[in-house]
Amino acid sequence: MPNEPIIEARAIEKSYQQPDGTRIQVVGLTDFSIEPGKIIALLGASGCGKSTLLRILSGLAQPSSGALFWHGKPLGGQAPNVAIVFQSFALFPWLTVLENVEAPLEARGVAAVERRKRALRTLDTVGLDGFETAYPKELSGGMKQRVGFARALVVEPEVLFMDEPFSALDVLTAENLRGELLELWLNKKMPTSAIFIVTHNIEEAVMLADRIVVLGRNPARIRSDFNVRLSHPRDRKSSRFVELVDYIYKIMTEPDVEHALPDPESTGEIVVPPGGLKRTQSLVRTTKYQILPHARVGGIAGLLELLHDRGGREDLFRLSEDLVMDVEDLLPILEACVLLGFAWLKEGDVQLSPQGAAFADADIQARKVLFRQAALEHVTILKQIASILKRKSDHSIADEFFHDILDEHFSEEEVQRQLDTAMNWGRYAEIFDYDRESGRLTQTEAPLGEIAEHPAENENPAPTPKA
Amino acid sequence: MKKSISLRGFSAYRLWAQLPSLETSHLPDVIMFAAGIAMFYGVVTVGRGWFGPFTPSVEISLRPWALPAYAGYSLLRITVAYLLSLAFALAYGYIAAYNLRAERFMIPLLDVLQSIPVLVFLPPVMLAMVALFPGRQLGVELGAILLIFTGQVWNMAFSFYASLKSIPKEMRETATIYRFSAWQRFTQMELPFSAIGLVWNSMMSVAGGWFALMVCEMFVLGSRDFRLPGLGSYLQTAASAGDTASIVWGIATMVTVIVLLDQFVWRPVIAWAEKFKVEQVESTDAPGSWVLNFLQHSTGLSRIRQKTWRPLSERFLLHFARKHIADKPEEPTAPWREWVVRVLAVLALIGIGYGMVRVTIILSGLQKAELHEAALGLGATFLRVNLALLLAALWTIPAGVAIGSNPRLARIAQPLAQIAASVPATALLPVILLVLIRLGGGLGIASIVVLLLGTQWYVLFNVIAGAMAIPTDLKECCSVFRMRGIERWKKLILPGIFPYLITGMVTASGGAWNASIVAEYFNFKGQIYTTIGLGASISRATDSGDFRLLMLATIMISATVVTVNRLVWRKLYRLAETRFRLET
Repeated sequence: MPNEPIIEARAIEKSYQQPDGTRIQVVGLTDFSIEPGKIIALLGASGCGKSTLLRILSGLAQPSSGALFWHGKPLGGQAPNVAIVFQSFALFPWLTVLENVEAPLEARGVAAVERRKRALRTLDTVGLDGFETAYPKELSGGMKQRVGFARALVVEPEVLFMDEPFSALDVLTAENLRGELLELWLNKKMPTSAIFIVTHNIEEAVMLADRIVVLGRNPARIRSDFNVRLSHPRDRKSSRFVELVDYIYKIMTEPDVEHALPDPESTGEIVVPPGGLKRTQSLVRTTKYQILPHARVGGIAGLLELLHDRGGREDLFRLSEDLVMDVEDLLPILEACVLLGFAWLKEGDVQLSPQGAAFADADIQARKVLFRQAALEHVTILKQIASILKRKSDHSIADEFFHDILDEHFSEEEVQRQLDTAMNWGRYAEIFDYDRESGRLTQTEAPLGEIAEHPAENENPAPTPKA
Repeated sequence: MKKSISLRGFSAYRLWAQLPSLETSHLPDVIMFAAGIAMFYGVVTVGRGWFGPFTPSVEISLRPWALPAYAGYSLLRITVAYLLSLAFALAYGYIAAYNLRAERFMIPLLDVLQSIPVLVFLPPVMLAMVALFPGRQLGVELGAILLIFTGQVWNMAFSFYASLKSIPKEMRETATIYRFSAWQRFTQMELPFSAIGLVWNSMMSVAGGWFALMVCEMFVLGSRDFRLPGLGSYLQTAASAGDTASIVWGIATMVTVIVLLDQFVWRPVIAWAEKFKVEQVESTDAPGSWVLNFLQHSTGLSRIRQKTWRPLSERFLLHFARKHIADKPEEPTAPWREWVVRVLAVLALIGIGYGMVRVTIILSGLQKAELHEAALGLGATFLRVNLALLLAALWTIPAGVAIGSNPRLARIAQPLAQIAASVPATALLPVILLVLIRLGGGLGIASIVVLLLGTQWYVLFNVIAGAMAIPTDLKECCSVFRMRGIERWKKLILPGIFPYLITGMVTASGGAWNASIVAEYFNFKGQIYTTIGLGASISRATDSGDFRLLMLATIMISATVVTVNRLVWRKLYRLAETRFRLET
């Protein structure tokens, strides 16, 4: 088997310099290689750094340290022959379909006649003949992504990178496109020797990939890496498929527990590659500060109610299927429930805690009390805010203060998201009021319990600007 | 440009779009050919005039026949200045967007330059250009062009810079991953992406160009009298001769030119630029233009394009692509280049330092009385500008809301307001002063009227647009809760139009400061009418060649405008963008 990797990353790492000089690591020390003949899927929760990894591997971004090798030679400046399919399609709206596909060939100096011939042939392959003179905005999402595929394939890239290519499409279109992609690949109609696809959709990964890499976060590091030996076409309902999906759910939801791969004896087709599950040894400085999952109170309450209705325990995979929610959307809500002590995760199941059950049963005001208790017990930043507000004579403080605290631990973007979540939770729990314009937090005047005597609350709701 | 001030066409012209298709007609070709010949004639005529000897006192004829030629001259000046501005804006924006070190200086500088009233530049620019080309008409011409340029360029440069900065990350990555050459990146990504912003800002710039042109075609510097044949000088001459018929002819010509420009240039360009909109779904009511349809159906033009433009752009594209591919991977910048940059920076700093020292020396010679007068003038002009703004807001808010909430009225009033707004206040200046002085109002009142004329239209059509943009469900909600009168204004209408109102007021405020320079000092039939104000100080200093006072007044006016922009308008703007934004 010709297993010499096309792209090999050795000991790469990526970090960003903060304005105050500290460095935030987004991709931890990682070795990685892309071998020919495989579809490799990179799975991970949102914001875990998988897109950064894709950009490093494709040569778009430079790693902070470590080196990239292209067919064993160091990648110094010369651009590797790769292409990317983007989630947002990234087509040029002012160019026609044909011109969009021709653009990469123009960049390579291919003359007009040859260019047109190759572009038309590729458009034909992806099923777009007849749309050559259309502009992207005339096309549906699925058609746009076909143009994205055609533009990528027309340069005959050795590795085709895909960054969540189906995420912006509706379920049926995505399914259809996925099937066609697989068909082209299996019938060797694609001029590429490897595909690297980043996704947060577990089923999509198990459906397509020959090798799955699961990424943990803060910073990104490989948590699991294994080959998939299910034969195509894969059946979603088969026990092996389900088992594999369940396994991946477990790794993603319970990061601190070592999970054994589904038994190779029973499935017979899943192989742990040598060194696959081994955690990368690194000098990673993991963030010490608690990270809030980005879930809104409404989502948390909704999930708790649903669990309560179902007897307090549910399988994660079934839950996400019933809710038609990606793990990307479900995971933060689950994590929030766990963080607040409203639920536990166990063996790929989620179990309601007594507090969670009480919350699901309570009325609006009582819920606020329960949420406040849970928040002040478990959420570091809310604890800090509450104690500072209590101690200060005017019971108020600028949000910049917390900005500065979080700045030491997170990137700028993440700080904003952390604060947004904290504000959402804290306002709901009536720990503080927040005036966005002045950027000040003020201790809520009427302590909980007296709220009912304030009918003004309902009549004249304060305008809450959307985040 | 973010604001959705849609340019609605005039209903009569709408019919043109519904004419039978011109697919097979050769009429367009004939017209295009004739247009080519006419253009050639124009170039020859103008060339003769420009390079001819300096004629110190061009006689401005008041016959209506002279008007087409005068309008042509004025238009030509604006066109040349606009092309210069475009080239400069592209270069400036490009460097500021890609050179981090330069960006830090270039953007604040742009901000300051944008706030300085154009007419402040009039005396120094004119004197410099006339000194550069002594004895040639070209000097005065270039002076006028350069002055228009200074009024046009900044917002275009800023627009291009802002567009470049907002190109989506994935689009940029596409260009990188497919190895676009710089040329391909520019023509296929950067320029198209910036097109819409550039088009809207070009329209605003050209309107500003008319404003400056009206003044700088005819003015007195000390003992010297500069005149250029053009619409501005025609209007001024007519006004000082008190010739009402000529004034009407002049203004009619001006409005005609502006409407024609709108029909033959801006509407086709806007309709064409529609394809550069970055949107996921095609919008339903895209702007159309009969001129654009006409041009696109000219078989001759498309043949010419096939034969010239296509092969040429193809050759460029391939040339740069092949060069780009053959290029070695980026080498670190050569050390000598670093040094060149450093030396240039040091030289620039020395230059700035020298300038500062000179200015200080000049200003230190000022008398207390002069300072006192300038401060008083600043206060007077400041009050006048803000009074004009207040008056404008007072009548335009109710009027604009009334028009905006009545679609039928809006369809008629909006194009009219747009025409009114596009007639530069400076063109009407001589006329208004004439009337008011006759009525015995004096310049104190007249100047406020001029400022008001320069400001109110912007506010009006922004308020109309704002009132039209208030969502129906919010209006219905107010009706359900029986909100009427003051309550309705406070809860719905004022917050709803707030962002639009602020946009209008910002533009209006700039326009008012600009106009104050010409509004407070007027030379009419050899007699000078003046009132207290910084604008008057600038004009008087120009007239008498008092460099010190000119310098002081210019610095004061610029500093005030920049400060007010920073402290008031920018904050209000941010408030409008955040709290009062209607999110969908």
